Amino acid sequence: MQAEAALGRIGLWFALMFLAIVAIVAAKDSGFAAHATIVAAVAFLLVLVSAARFDPLSSGRSFFRMPDGPDKYDDDPVRWGVLATTFWGMAGFLAGLFIALQMAFPQLNIEPWFNFGRLRPLHTSAVIFAFGGNALIATSFYIVQRTCRTQLAFPSLARFVFWGYQMFILLAATGYLLGITQSKEYAEPEWYVDLWLTIVWVAYFIVFMGTIVKRKEPHIYVANWFFLAFIVTVAMLHIVNNLAVPVSLLGAKSYGVWSGVQDALTQWWYGHNAVGFFLTAGFLAMMYYFVPKQAERPVYSYRLSIIHFWSLIFLYIWAGPHHLHYTALPDWAQTLGMVFSIILWMPSWGGMINGLMTLNGAWDKIRTDPIIRMMVMALAFYGMSTFEGPMLSIKAVNSLSHYTDWTIGHVHSGALGWNGMITFAALYFLVPRLWKRERMYSLRMINWHFWLATLGIVFYAASMWVAGVTQGLMWREYGPDGYLIWSFADTMDAMFPMYVARAFGGLLYLSGAIIMTYNIAMTLAGRLRDEAPMTETPHDAQADRPLPAAVPAAVPAE
Amino acid sequence: MTEHVDTTNAAEDKPKGHKRLERNVTLLAVATLVTVAIGGIVEIAPLFWIDNTIEKVDGMRPYTPLEQAGRDIYIREGCYSCHSQMIRPFRDEVERYGHYSLAAESMYDHPFQWGSKRTGPDLARVGGRYSDAWHVQHLKDPQSVVPQSIMPSYRFLAETDLKVPDPAETMRTLRTVGVPYSDTQVKQAESDLALQAEAFGNAKDLQSRYPKAQVRDFDGDPGRLTEMDALVAYLQMLGTLVDVNSAAAQEELAEEKGR
Repeated sequence: MQAEAALGRIGLWFALMFLAIVAIVAAKDSGFAAHATIVAAVAFLLVLVSAARFDPLSSGRSFFRMPDGPDKYDDDPVRWGVLATTFWGMAGFLAGLFIALQMAFPQLNIEPWFNFGRLRPLHTSAVIFAFGGNALIATSFYIVQRTCRTQLAFPSLARFVFWGYQMFILLAATGYLLGITQSKEYAEPEWYVDLWLTIVWVAYFIVFMGTIVKRKEPHIYVANWFFLAFIVTVAMLHIVNNLAVPVSLLGAKSYGVWSGVQDALTQWWYGHNAVGFFLTAGFLAMMYYFVPKQAERPVYSYRLSIIHFWSLIFLYIWAGPHHLHYTALPDWAQTLGMVFSIILWMPSWGGMINGLMTLNGAWDKIRTDPIIRMMVMALAFYGMSTFEGPMLSIKAVNSLSHYTDWTIGHVHSGALGWNGMITFAALYFLVPRLWKRERMYSLRMINWHFWLATLGIVFYAASMWVAGVTQGLMWREYGPDGYLIWSFADTMDAMFPMYVARAFGGLLYLSGAIIMTYNIAMTLAGRLRDEAPMTETPHDAQADRPLPAAVPAAVPAE
Repeated sequence: MTEHVDTTNAAEDKPKGHKRLERNVTLLAVATLVTVAIGGIVEIAPLFWIDNTIEKVDGMRPYTPLEQAGRDIYIREGCYSCHSQMIRPFRDEVERYGHYSLAAESMYDHPFQWGSKRTGPDLARVGGRYSDAWHVQHLKDPQSVVPQSIMPSYRFLAETDLKVPDPAETMRTLRTVGVPYSDTQVKQAESDLALQAEAFGNAKDLQSRYPKAQVRDFDGDPGRLTEMDALVAYLQMLGTLVDVNSAAAQEELAEEKGR
């Protein structure tokens, strides 16, 4: 029976490989042929895997020292997710540093594959969808099992979600370098990659919903509301924004069904809510589990979590038009977007307050626990960027900031500060538990990571504020003669020092991530660094006593 | 984590209010979907039927096959990462780049290329501002014409033959998504593609199908039809189609009607 099933699987993968090879031969363009080659290679690998002569996953498991034996929870996909998050984080930060350096030193562009225009979506997708997406898949699978007191529903589907998502990342990333793009920011992959992601996403939804359905707890924990909202809304956004008609079923190129004004608003409805649901709702779910766990305190307010959940998901959707202020988008839509963006400040801070106040009674841990410190910094940056966002969405402010590097700085204070920091904290929380280690290899290295990352963000955000305001003011500066003072080239010249400072900030942030990767690798290896403890204030029980009463001169012992 | 609920009692009492949502994942998912759908429906849907979203202007026409091929290269290379095509109605922008952009000017753009960042200048009306030779030199070696530029070099475009797998199919697909190409335009797509980049091509012929189309060898290499030809042809037509003064008249008209 088993042999037959294996044979069936081999046949399936072989058929897929065959189809992919046909697609290579018949492809209309080289990009599509390259992608078909990748699919064929993966299918070939799966033929080998199914033939059972070759089991890369089990050698992978032993290479990454994954614990053997049955788990109480189905944690295998979570472990792979943790590894993928770390790997893609490094890749994404490195790509970011490289394109930051390209903006200071354009000689670093290597045409055609490594020009800025092709690498920029590689960077944004790597950090948002590969690093952030894997963090979300891993933590959601971890959290939904614990809070529902049950194992993942449909275990093989859960594995498909993880590996299928990696396939999506691989196709998207190689596509950008090959020039396969729809040009819609944060939705660049072409039609067939979008279809693949849709399949993976539906599977994700089924696994997540199924696990909640079979829960042993009557109550669905608040973190799961946020994960659910993230999964449902991203599905809606992804499908509507990517509706397109391919030129040929054997070619990469497609044309979207929306055009001009409607396309612009659909895109930024998508783009803004990729931030709102991918980078906010999903990461708030992480916050709602890991902060209380690490602080060992209950969530501050149940009522606040209800209010800010519903108001956040209702309001976020409206804010998209603030990306299109003063454009050809009708004025009423711009104003509506601005108003809702400003209102959005409140539920955002509701989430921040609920997270920070959870530390009530445990504030001392900021001093002693570097993981808590990271979480608090993440929430602080969340608060800061959700104030900056509404401010930038005011039309008068936006008239200066739009098109400048201020926007880039704003995005990064949110991405590096909030998403990055809360993800690092979650990884530090998860790794010892998933690999059944006593603690991370080194807590002092977490501390180093914290300071390098924080300093990196400060350099990044500050340099981009200066760059953005400088650009905005120079573009509109008039001399007494009534003429514009600066040519566009002048304004580019003024950016150079800021671009160097920004790249330096990125380097610091990347260094922190390198330290984290080393720390995780050592933890996987089962090592513990010999270092002065950070978690406790030193306590010497011997010295902890009243001074002894004056005693007569010592009596020599007998 | 939240208020402790005694499970034995809760099972007996029917949960009320928000507690029902917290115990029924289907209800929770549906309520979530309804909540997140509202904003998009209210903001985006009306753009398809409110008349004054796109004020009609004279001169707009779909792209020629060569311009469309150039546009596809512009998208492929991620030019939108650094260049906007959307001039805002501010004194400095209008003086720097030309009349502010009108909605109608991107009505045939699948997808739109308004951009979100100006690392380089806006390109909405760059057509006709520089010579072809300038564009070719600038794309090959940007710093040779603008020393402060941080633009990457695109020398390979001049060395790559333009390959459009099936120009007619491209236009048919665009027609499916709403660009009003005529049957003649689709039928002649392949020959029009070559015609537009010919050194002494019949401009009148092409202009009968595509008014204001510019016919010449764009890349300074008349022997070959390269990607550089297509990209420069696209750049040289940007913002040249609509007579913005007549558009202004249209805006006045719109106000009079009180739309």
